[in-house]
Parts: sequence; C-alpha cells; structure tokens
Amino acid sequence: MSLKAFHLIFVSMMTALALGFGIWGFVNQLPWLGLASLGVAGLVVFYGFYFLKKLKKISYL
Amino acid sequence: MEIPYTVKPRPDTGIYNAKVGIWLFLASEVMLFGGLFSAYVLLRVGADEGYWPHGWLDVRLGTLNTVLLALSAITTLLAWVACKVGQFGRFKFFHACTIVLALTFLGVKMYEYHDKWIHYEIKLKDGRFADGHMIASDDTSVTIEGRYVTDEKALYDLRSQGPIPRDEIKISRSDILSMENYGPWHNTFLALYFTLTGLHALHILGGTLVIGYLWGPGSRMWKKDPERFTNRIEVSGLFWHFVDLVWIFLFPVLYLT
Repeated sequence: MSLKAFHLIFVSMMTALALGFGIWGFVNQLPWLGLASLGVAGLVVFYGFYFLKKLKKISYL
Repeated sequence: MEIPYTVKPRPDTGIYNAKVGIWLFLASEVMLFGGLFSAYVLLRVGADEGYWPHGWLDVRLGTLNTVLLALSAITTLLAWVACKVGQFGRFKFFHACTIVLALTFLGVKMYEYHDKWIHYEIKLKDGRFADGHMIASDDTSVTIEGRYVTDEKALYDLRSQGPIPRDEIKISRSDILSMENYGPWHNTFLALYFTLTGLHALHILGGTLVIGYLWGPGSRMWKKDPERFTNRIEVSGLFWHFVDLVWIFLFPVLYLT
C-alpha cells in the first residue's frame, strides 16, 4: 500500500472524526463547535476528492 | 555489494523492500497500541460508578493538536509528491513545515503535562478536599488556585458542572491529611492518559528526528539516487500517517468521553 492509499484512509478517518466531533459538540450544548466541525468534515471530503484528482497517476500499491 | 530492491519492486512482493519492512513494523505497532487501547476499554468498563473522570483534559488543546497533526499529514504527502515530480525545493519547504508542526504538537503536549503536574488534590483533616493548581508552597502552608469540595466524586465529572469558580486558597500544612498531584500515579485514567499519550509523543519525537535527518544531512542522497530518496520519504510518510491515525483514536477516547 502506497502513501497515496494510506493518505486516503487517513482522510476517511479524519472525516469520521470531524463528523463525530460535530455530533459531540451538539450533544454537549456547543452548537458553534458542532457546526464548525461539520464544516471541517465537508472541507476534508472536498480535499479528499481534490487530492485523488491531483494524484491520479500515482499507484495505490 | 549493492542492496537489492531499494528502488525496483521485488518480483514476489511487488513492492520495494523498505516498504515491506515498514508495513511489518507498522503491524507490530498496531499490536502495541491495540493492546493499550484494549487495556483502556477493560479498565474503563471495570471502573467504579462515578469514579471515571470526565472533562479533565482541555478539549481546545486536544483539538489544536489534532489540527496540527492533520496538517502535518498533508505536508508529508506533499513532500513525497514534490520528490516524485522532481521538485526538491518544494520537498524542502513541505518537510520543514512537517517538522515545525510536529515540534508545535510536542510543545502543546508538554504544556498539558505541566498543567497536570502542578494540579493537586489535597485531602484535609476535616474531611473536605481542596483541588487546584499550585501557586506557592513552603514549610507551613500551600497556596492553590482552586476550590473546596465535600464529596470527592465532585472532582470526577467536571463536564456536567459547567464553569467552575476558582479562588486563591491558602491551606496550612497542619490541616492537610494527604496531597497528590495529577501524575500517572493519581488514578487509572491518568495512568492510561500518560502511558498512551507519552508513547504516542515518543513516536512523534522519533518520526521528527527521522524526518529531520531526511530533510537535512540525509537529503544529500537526492543528488546521487533521487528514486531511492523518494522511497525513503514515502516510508517515513507511512510511519507519520500511522502516528497521526493513532492520535485520531486517542483524541476522542481521552478528551471527549
């Protein structure tokens, strides 16, 4: 598995963390934190697709 | 004699040897951290009701460190990509960013450790507890910035109590039954916290040293064997991503639960 593939796993985990952190913020009466974190999750997903497009030619192995 | 398969893929594995090596090493690391996470789960579910800490760690600092490591993962990837496309100057810049981010992470971690080190729980002879950060101490008295509680359980769940007022409290040593700082010996949670984050911080330190070497004296290889150097950057990047992934698990487990 190349760094590209591992980075993809990392981006997926970061997205999950940002979503979970957002939910944690809402549950703990910190709506601004929840919203910001969900926004970050969106940004990370956007970054993930951008990075995949840019590194199209690099192998996953 | 030349070391085989440092650049070309080995026919039976399909990848160069260093990559096989780092993945074998990371497999052992998964077992190491996996064992510690299992210990955390078992000790937590076995803890007495009301005696597992909540809100003891600063979520803002934990979030800051998460952002620092996430950015460092991106700069590590960009450094590798820069090598792949032959842009050595960009590699130097991105890996310098990685090193700065890693050192900042360690600085924040040291601040957090120091905060716990000067935080004391003081059991008084009248049955109350004084809890707070040490300001001054001499032979006759101890001064902390904190509060008194009558039930020790009130010191455990801080998240449900909202903002806690803290005053400067001077306590005579003759009134103290026992006192202990928030080191790893204080309770199970702190023992796990220091073990897990300490081991993780050592990995960050080790990774920073390797990346620092590849950024500095090790980068001379770029001139004579750029492909092999690029592979070294990838291998160090794989290790760095693993360390970042461990933090993605540590942060919610320790800071948010």
